[in-house]
Amino acid sequence: MPSFNFTLLTILGCGIATWISRVLPFVLLKKFDLPKPVIDYLSFVPIVIMSALWFISLFNQHLGSLPQVNYENLLASVPTVISAIIFKNLLVVVIIGIVSLGIIRLIA
Amino acid sequence: MDEKLDIHTAIKDTLPTVFGYIGIGIAFGIVGKAAGFNPLIVLLMSVLIYAGSAQFITVSMLASHSPILSIVFSTFLVNSRMLLMSMTLAPYFKKESLSKNILIGTLLTDESFALGMNKLNYSGNKLSLRWFNTANGISYLTWIISSLAGALLGNFITNPEKLGLDFAIVAMFIGLLYLQVISDKSTPKLLQIIVIAFTFVLIYIGLIFVPSNLLILLVTLLGCEFGVIIKHAFF
Repeated sequence: MPSFNFTLLTILGCGIATWISRVLPFVLLKKFDLPKPVIDYLSFVPIVIMSALWFISLFNQHLGSLPQVNYENLLASVPTVISAIIFKNLLVVVIIGIVSLGIIRLIA
Repeated sequence: MDEKLDIHTAIKDTLPTVFGYIGIGIAFGIVGKAAGFNPLIVLLMSVLIYAGSAQFITVSMLASHSPILSIVFSTFLVNSRMLLMSMTLAPYFKKESLSKNILIGTLLTDESFALGMNKLNYSGNKLSLRWFNTANGISYLTWIISSLAGALLGNFITNPEKLGLDFAIVAMFIGLLYLQVISDKSTPKLLQIIVIAFTFVLIYIGLIFVPSNLLILLVTLLGCEFGVIIKHAFF
């Protein structure tokens, strides 16, 4: 176990590193305008990042070989997607998602 | 979701996302405790780093005695996708003061970003400081309390996954993605679906070669570029 001071220093370093990636664009874009092609490019960030975060949860990674399907998450995604289409309500979707995975784990 | 941007609406809008923070926060607390860190250290990580996957990496690298610079650099790489998100969000707060912009950025998360992008479709492409700070604040407090609770209760809860809480974040992204696709009027539906399908392929292939934490950033960079190319070629 590393010393308390070393751990604290590491946490501070990680905190600053994270903070920079969060804040830097806000500081820079106060002064500059983004060119149109960049705005076009960034307009895809929301759907790509949201779908990437979902899709990555559907697999278990084994570097060097094909990813393995995470059947629990894949199965739980089905009622979750259906509830999104039916209810269009985020709270309902999240609750159905949690309950679905809970039931799948109970059965499996 | 509706067009209102007041505090009350922000609380209502943010509520569905708190389950994700609770699930992962408790899990983080338990993992941190199990790796030998006391609840104070776990708390400090959540207060100062405030980044789910990066905190898990920090814990495991600290426990394996990695050098400080490599831990900090890994954290930066994993979180550098935040650069893209804050770059996307910043134009909506351009007229606000620098310190208010810094406050929004400081507490920005994947979830509050996704929530904010969704809100734009209902609010006439506007966001307010009040709405966003409320969403960020609720998220931050929930994360801190949950991870502390995980660290304190770590000895009693052995299996937090049993409840399905870890799926809350995934379910939230599914919901937000669907709502984004049906409500974003500025991008054709077909184009969005093509980009999402391409993202799936990128993730599948990328998982063979790239550690999953870095893959999100790489896929986002490539996926957006793909979107621009297809948009200009066919739409």
